[in-house]
Amino acid sequence: MSHKHVGSLHAADAEMAISNARDVYTRRQEGVSIWAVPSESITASSPSDKEAFFDPAEDKVYRHPTFYDLPDELEHM
Amino acid sequence: MEKNQHFEYVLRWADHSLILGQRLAEWCGHGPVLEEDIALTNISLDLIGQARSLLTYAGEVEGKRRDEDQLAFFRDVVDYRNPLLVEQKNGHFGDTIARQLFSDHYLFLIYDALSQSKDEQLRAIAEKSLKEVAYHRKHSSDWVVRLGDGTEESKEKIQESINSLWMYTGELFEMDEINHAALNSGIGVDLEKIKDLWKRNIAEVLDAATLTMPEDGWMQTGGKIGTHSEHLGYLLAEMQHIPRMHPEAKW
Repeated sequence: MSHKHVGSLHAADAEMAISNARDVYTRRQEGVSIWAVPSESITASSPSDKEAFFDPAEDKVYRHPTFYDLPDELEHM
Repeated sequence: MEKNQHFEYVLRWADHSLILGQRLAEWCGHGPVLEEDIALTNISLDLIGQARSLLTYAGEVEGKRRDEDQLAFFRDVVDYRNPLLVEQKNGHFGDTIARQLFSDHYLFLIYDALSQSKDEQLRAIAEKSLKEVAYHRKHSSDWVVRLGDGTEESKEKIQESINSLWMYTGELFEMDEINHAALNSGIGVDLEKIKDLWKRNIAEVLDAATLTMPEDGWMQTGGKIGTHSEHLGYLLAEMQHIPRMHPEAKW
């Protein structure tokens, strides 16, 4: 199960952040689990680094394990 | 249980949720912060959803072909059966939260008990609503603790809200003829039993909030038999005027 960023909000503490996230972002059945992180604890990559960071991966198809036959029992691949 | 009593009994729960839901909806666009604005209107919509199921069912029990809209929009003040607590004005945020604390803890115990009702329809509605009210209860309890154990001003304000609304809590637990008929037929709830549990739960929250539980004094009553405070008239006027002006209007 992968968590994804759905948005930001204001809260006085961690517990209120979870409640507020539930109220603001799971009203249309999007939610099964919530993680909340204070924004000051997030270190993000800079948009100006985007090309240097991510473009080089573009032509490295051999990094995808699509050339292997995987058994059916193997999930989440 | 007689049909008319059965109808009245279901209507009481329907009106409790409907009027409280309408009151909370007044916060839409006026919440102290965006997140809380959404939280209060979410709760409002939960309550109106409960009211819709209950009103529809009340109409079926009555057997006079009145649907949820007929019952919500074409009854007058004296025909409403909600307790006085839920029609009280929103006041400031603390007043609203104190009213929610009392009602949320109450409805949680009511729906929990109605989940054992012999009335299959009522039981199904209660089971669904219980999950919603469990969250409402957490929401208002958390806020009471924050405000009570917050600043000097917030503590003073929430304590005042709790004190001034206390006189509306007695009515919630009154057992009249209809309550006894519902209880004896296995449909209804024993409000006396609920009362002790409710008081214990409220005391726990107030304790965590460093607040004082009010003493039981003189209690207001009358809502369950249609004797309401003047606030309900204004609330109904706002809620009902469009359907009354355009009775055949469709979305």
